[in-house]
Amino acid sequence: MTDTLVEALSLDAITKRFGELTANDAVSLSLNQGEAIALLGENGAGKTTLMNILFGQYTADSGTVRVFGEKLPPGNSRAALNAGVGMVHQHFTLADNLTVQENITLGTQSLLSYSSNSAGAKAHIIALSNKYQLAVSPNARVGTLTVGERQRVEILKALYRNVRILILDEPTAVLTPQETDDLFATLRHAISDGLAIIFISHKLHEVMTIADRVVVLRHGKIAGKVEIKNTSKEALAKMMMGTEASPPEVANSTPGAALLELRKTSTLDIGNKPGLRDVSLTLREGQIIGLAGVSGNGQAAIADLIGGSMYPVSGQILLSGTPIQGWTPHNAVKSGIARIPEDRHKTGTIADFNLTENAILEHYKSSNFSTCGWLNWRKSRTFASAIVKKYDVRCPGIDTPIRLLSGGNMQKLILGRVLEGQPRVILANQPVRGLDIGAVNYVHNQLLNARNRGAAILIISEDLDEIMALSDVIHVISSGRLSPAFDRGQMTPTQLGLWMAGSGFDGEVSNAS
Amino acid sequence: MRLEPINNPNIARKSVPPAIALLTTILITSVLAMLAGANPFSVFGLILEGAFGSQFALLETLNRATPLIFTGLAVAVAFRAKFWNIGAEAQLYAGALITVLLGIGILQWPAAILLPFIIVASIIAGAILLLVPALLKTRFGVDEVVTTLLFNFIFLLFVSMLLEGPLKDPMGMGWPKSARLIPEARLPRLFEGLRLHWGFGLAIFSSIIVWVIQTKSTLGYEMRAVGLNKKAAAFAGISVNLVLIKTALISGGLAALAGFSEVAGLKGSLTLDLSPGFGYTGIIVAMLALLNPLGVVVAALFVAGIFVGADSMSRAAGVPTYLADIMLAVALLLMVLAIMLTRFRVIRD
Repeated sequence: MTDTLVEALSLDAITKRFGELTANDAVSLSLNQGEAIALLGENGAGKTTLMNILFGQYTADSGTVRVFGEKLPPGNSRAALNAGVGMVHQHFTLADNLTVQENITLGTQSLLSYSSNSAGAKAHIIALSNKYQLAVSPNARVGTLTVGERQRVEILKALYRNVRILILDEPTAVLTPQETDDLFATLRHAISDGLAIIFISHKLHEVMTIADRVVVLRHGKIAGKVEIKNTSKEALAKMMMGTEASPPEVANSTPGAALLELRKTSTLDIGNKPGLRDVSLTLREGQIIGLAGVSGNGQAAIADLIGGSMYPVSGQILLSGTPIQGWTPHNAVKSGIARIPEDRHKTGTIADFNLTENAILEHYKSSNFSTCGWLNWRKSRTFASAIVKKYDVRCPGIDTPIRLLSGGNMQKLILGRVLEGQPRVILANQPVRGLDIGAVNYVHNQLLNARNRGAAILIISEDLDEIMALSDVIHVISSGRLSPAFDRGQMTPTQLGLWMAGSGFDGEVSNAS
Repeated sequence: MRLEPINNPNIARKSVPPAIALLTTILITSVLAMLAGANPFSVFGLILEGAFGSQFALLETLNRATPLIFTGLAVAVAFRAKFWNIGAEAQLYAGALITVLLGIGILQWPAAILLPFIIVASIIAGAILLLVPALLKTRFGVDEVVTTLLFNFIFLLFVSMLLEGPLKDPMGMGWPKSARLIPEARLPRLFEGLRLHWGFGLAIFSSIIVWVIQTKSTLGYEMRAVGLNKKAAAFAGISVNLVLIKTALISGGLAALAGFSEVAGLKGSLTLDLSPGFGYTGIIVAMLALLNPLGVVVAALFVAGIFVGADSMSRAAGVPTYLADIMLAVALLLMVLAIMLTRFRVIRD
């Protein structure tokens, strides 16, 4: 590409402490123009802290940030923005009720200016979206867009502001394989135009595809910096974890009796998310069913039906063959359904409750933890301690508010909470989203153990690799419709991707291989 | 400028901002006292002396704190579950009204039966009064801030109507005032010969009960869970609406006890000036106490002390009593700010 390398970004010996914890310990890295580096690391390795310091959200205890040679004043987001640093967050920061153009231009104009050059802005956006193949209509309301389109808006927003350094935090978590390929094509184009990219991901094969160099963080320190051409997935995994990661061994299962059945269930649309259309699904003893699909196609409705938060407008839910009545979350838990919710921060746990209080959240009324309306804190604490020990929840203690734990440790507590009840049915909604490889393998092994002792498991995930690795049977959901059941190995990722995009339902893909 | 949360605040971080808030309050009110022509040092001395300086002053403060403990508890319980009960004033009058209705001679029972009966009836009256906004909220999503606030006016006018009509004391020489309670319906004094009634004992007892419920019972656990995160509580199987309704019943009952205690312990009859805004001051008390039921007692004594002390100070120093109102308002605003600063660090961009 360019003959002389221009250093776009340099972080020099960044150190940040939170009380006892050193989140970043003398981390240095540099990034050149027209280069993509991947930032790899387990959860709690310090990736987010480092990006927040770069972006001015946190102030580093020591160390400097330089953008194109200029030192950035610490703790000043505006300076970072002005210097050309942009970030596409994992959770998008778009206003649903505004149009694409309004979202993109938001904040780029002075409040005191009289006129807005709307036509010019629109032309610029269209030019950018043509150049980088980011197809999206400037006049569309963001609330009506798909997740993939929203991400394109986020990238356009950054490009519109002439960013020279773009940070992407887990950008592929919500995309289909095809959309991921499109994203990579766009990124490659931008890189060849001189954009510098920091790509944060857990998916090693994506890192291998897009990045020129990899920086691995472990426990806040740099664990390694390597060129992609000199490394392999296995080597990266080892660097990240300190030990070699072993993906779970999946033996074939012999499914038993039907424990939970959705029979021709339909639900109402919620906003722009489609409800279910005559969905039938049977969860059997000793079987893992994987539900693949792009986010927002009815997964939430299936999760709510099984978890007790919703009742179908038509159709039935059957437990061991018996239609259920009075379906509530409380009854679902009592019937032995373990639920790992999609959003562990907002739905799975109460941030300001401590570990003990969160551990008994679903069972506080059982005779183990209370008698006649009075809680038994001693037994509750014993239970929480047992989970912390058995499921390796790393925390300062069971009296710590759970918001201080990393995502992986939070998920381990939730896992312990539901698995300790020896559930017969497990609903795992995005069980490993945002977790590091160590935690991912841990969660997957726990789910496989549960299957082997006879639990019926439904895994809902947007990560096709996860679905394909674990599931005995795969269904794809698209616009509220459920595909036929595919056995393990029956479909290739590309075929499943087509189903995810909705074409299989119209007979364009034959479901027999 | 923005705020960064502090994960594990140390002791200095927890105690310095409130101390500065208190000092600033004193500073601001000193300036006002000087503007009013008084010596600020003597003003604060007089307030302290007027609130706690003599046995009479202390008892007066305890008496004034009693209804504030009840309304403070009512607000603290409701706010903990994020149920915004602004209507403690109306619930207070509901308790007072029931006390008068049952206590002026309709029931000629001995005190040992009559008093508990009136207490229970008052609690039920306050609970029912708050049940209406609670049901409107859980059934139709009507904002309880609006309904509970408006209920204050409706109920006060209703009491006014009764006092001008059927409840008017025939011996009251035309004043809008109810008949006096029979002796069996009066709360006895806590100590023989001291002007402090059992309402104060009941208030302390209530705050302990509320504390025990909040920290030890499943209901308290549910109320805290609903207050902190409705979504997670509902997902875990807690019936959020049922918890809100139970919270409302407890909160309304506690506020009604303030009315009962004022009528049966202090006044002996019902007038429209029974409460100089105890229901609203309860919000200040609860906020100052950080919604902690035991802290409510301390905060109520603090607020009552300022009111009682300011009364006597204004007589002695010739400064208007609304200096006390300003002092409380400033203290509340600064304390809310200080509490935020114990949890967040301010970062300047």
